[in-house]
Amino acid sequence: MKKILLIAWKDLRLAFRDRAALVLMLAAPFLLTLGLGLVTGRFSSTSNSGLSSIPLILINQDGGELGNALVDVFQSSDLDTLVDPVVQIDATAARAAVDEDQTAAVVIIPAGFTNSIFSATSTPVVPVEVYSNPARPTSSGVVQAIVEGFLSQVELGRINGTVTISQLLEGGYIQPADAASLGREIGQEPAGVNAPVTLSGRTDENTAPPFDVLAYMAPGMALMFLMFTVTNGGRTILQERVSGTLPRLLVDPVRLSQALAGKALGIYLTGVAQMLILIGGTALLFGIRWGHTNAVLVLVLAAVFGALGWGLLLTALARTQSQVANIGSAMMLVFGILGGSFVDIRSFPAWMQTAARITPNAWALDGFLALGLGGGMADVLPSILALIIMGLALFAITVFVFLRRGAFGHR
Amino acid sequence: MAPILEVRQLVKKYGDFEAVKGISFHIDRGEIFSLLGPNGAGKTTTISVLSTLFQPTAGDVLVDGHSVVREPMVVRNRIGVVPQELALYDDLTARENLVFWGQMYGLSGKNLNERVSQVLEEIGLADRAKERIKTFSGGMKRRVNIGVGLLHRPALLFMDEPTVGIDPQSRRAILDSVKELNRQGMSVLYTTHYMEEAQELSDRVGIMDHGELIAIGTQSELTRQVGENDALLLEVVECDDLNRLAAAVQQIPGVAQATTSENTLTVLAPEAEDILAPVITQANALNVKVHSVSIQEPNLEAVFLHLTGRALRD
Repeated sequence: MKKILLIAWKDLRLAFRDRAALVLMLAAPFLLTLGLGLVTGRFSSTSNSGLSSIPLILINQDGGELGNALVDVFQSSDLDTLVDPVVQIDATAARAAVDEDQTAAVVIIPAGFTNSIFSATSTPVVPVEVYSNPARPTSSGVVQAIVEGFLSQVELGRINGTVTISQLLEGGYIQPADAASLGREIGQEPAGVNAPVTLSGRTDENTAPPFDVLAYMAPGMALMFLMFTVTNGGRTILQERVSGTLPRLLVDPVRLSQALAGKALGIYLTGVAQMLILIGGTALLFGIRWGHTNAVLVLVLAAVFGALGWGLLLTALARTQSQVANIGSAMMLVFGILGGSFVDIRSFPAWMQTAARITPNAWALDGFLALGLGGGMADVLPSILALIIMGLALFAITVFVFLRRGAFGHR
Repeated sequence: MAPILEVRQLVKKYGDFEAVKGISFHIDRGEIFSLLGPNGAGKTTTISVLSTLFQPTAGDVLVDGHSVVREPMVVRNRIGVVPQELALYDDLTARENLVFWGQMYGLSGKNLNERVSQVLEEIGLADRAKERIKTFSGGMKRRVNIGVGLLHRPALLFMDEPTVGIDPQSRRAILDSVKELNRQGMSVLYTTHYMEEAQELSDRVGIMDHGELIAIGTQSELTRQVGENDALLLEVVECDDLNRLAAAVQQIPGVAQATTSENTLTVLAPEAEDILAPVITQANALNVKVHSVSIQEPNLEAVFLHLTGRALRD
């Protein structure tokens, strides 16, 4: 075990002395995160979400108190930097604007929405529709969240009103004829007095932190360039074979299994160090909230393990260093795109969302997003398990390939 | 006393290609033994099997009585290997390289640090110990490469063409260090295609060609095989009449043997200067254009020439 650790420590030192590799391991993901933050306005003084002036269309076919209240919410001063709403009448034209990517979403408040809420009878509630633009998943997600926040407040008010009026009726304090008007009064209270959604940025332990676009971009970039680290690490195994250091190791009192385990551990530690440096750096410099510390650490360990499996398999299948470098670069980009490093995979077609699950990026991003939104260890457990299983399966295939091909000319 | 190395009918094949064809030899304790042969003769393959990197296809090798097949880890602790390639980490310093390789041999703590310092002194790089290998000249890298093989004080040192591609000064330093190590009691197996190195260093020499050990013995034993003849080498411009020229030269009085190889005519004679003029006359008569002429006195090169009909550098 001591020799495995010594080989790994040597590789970790070599990795962090390779200036060209450091550019791709640390500088590139850091700068890309910074660039994306600038593009999305994350660093502007008026926004802490990275999003501003989200274009949306409001269609208020209801015209009742609650329909108007929802329009008021979108037009309130609290949201005036976040959203840029336009009230229209023609729902078909509004949908077309979404289809043509002219706006992020359309909120359609159908006729009868207010009455369905205030009805003394248990009639079904007429739903508010949010017509989202899949090309703008983050912006449309914010609109959806505002509507859902409003509706949850309305629903709370409706339940309170129903219970109160039932008790008043049972106690004989009011007449059935007065129930509807009283219910309307109670029901207006939550929407009118308490703003259903605020983006003050101030949260307590029981509420989710505000969505930060960099909390998505930073892990996305870190995971994409993690694939560079593991494939580049795999390339060094072949490099050591060619340069003669691996054969020299194999004429020392070192077993082949020790040499390979040491190399794999070295790549793993390099990947973990890379991720932790990026996480620490972006937290300090960009103020990104990565979430629950222990869960982040465990997720990093699992993510690097899953990625390492791919790096080792590529090394086992390739014959030359240039093959590993070229295929590794392609793999980094494909996994980055497919795994959601640039665009949320939920906006992909179903088959692509399924395909994305072969990448460690997709699983790890799920976990980092959950943690960024206030989740804990339990929320990232599926991601962690999937990454560990992925790593183990790929490692088993790698060993099989190495054994079949006769590892490193050690014949 | 049992030899430090015993090679028994060693065969190494790569698929259908037989790189080493059943060679046998031994190295006595405290001896410098050279394997001399051109590139591709099978020297590096032989050292690779002897050092446990490759498994032999047939035969066996005993190092200090231990089989490379059955007890490779025991063998590895008794040997030091200086590979032909510069097997070092460019981004580590000289000291860091030596420390790492020393750790691989199980050295640690004070013992490791002291030994690394000693080796740095021995290879003359104590003052450059903290500099990265990539800043070193080829000769300095070669010296570190050798130093790695000495860290654990092996009983038997394998050196595979350690002077390839370096300047004369570094080459001299390496040859002197090999002799010094031998004076300290270390046995050495040295492979080279430089005849002068084998002549200067070796107690005994094995000559390899095409995977076979074609001659073995002390230098005087080997040179006796070619008698007292000089070798006259005529390199000619490409022509079809070289064999006719060889036949004609064979008739010149005083010529012991005339052979051809590609564009070279090799003539063995007790005094090469005496036959130079008639040989050139014959070449002119047959319209063979001579490109260069050289004379070699009896040495290992001549032995190789005698045995194979080719020069070592071919």
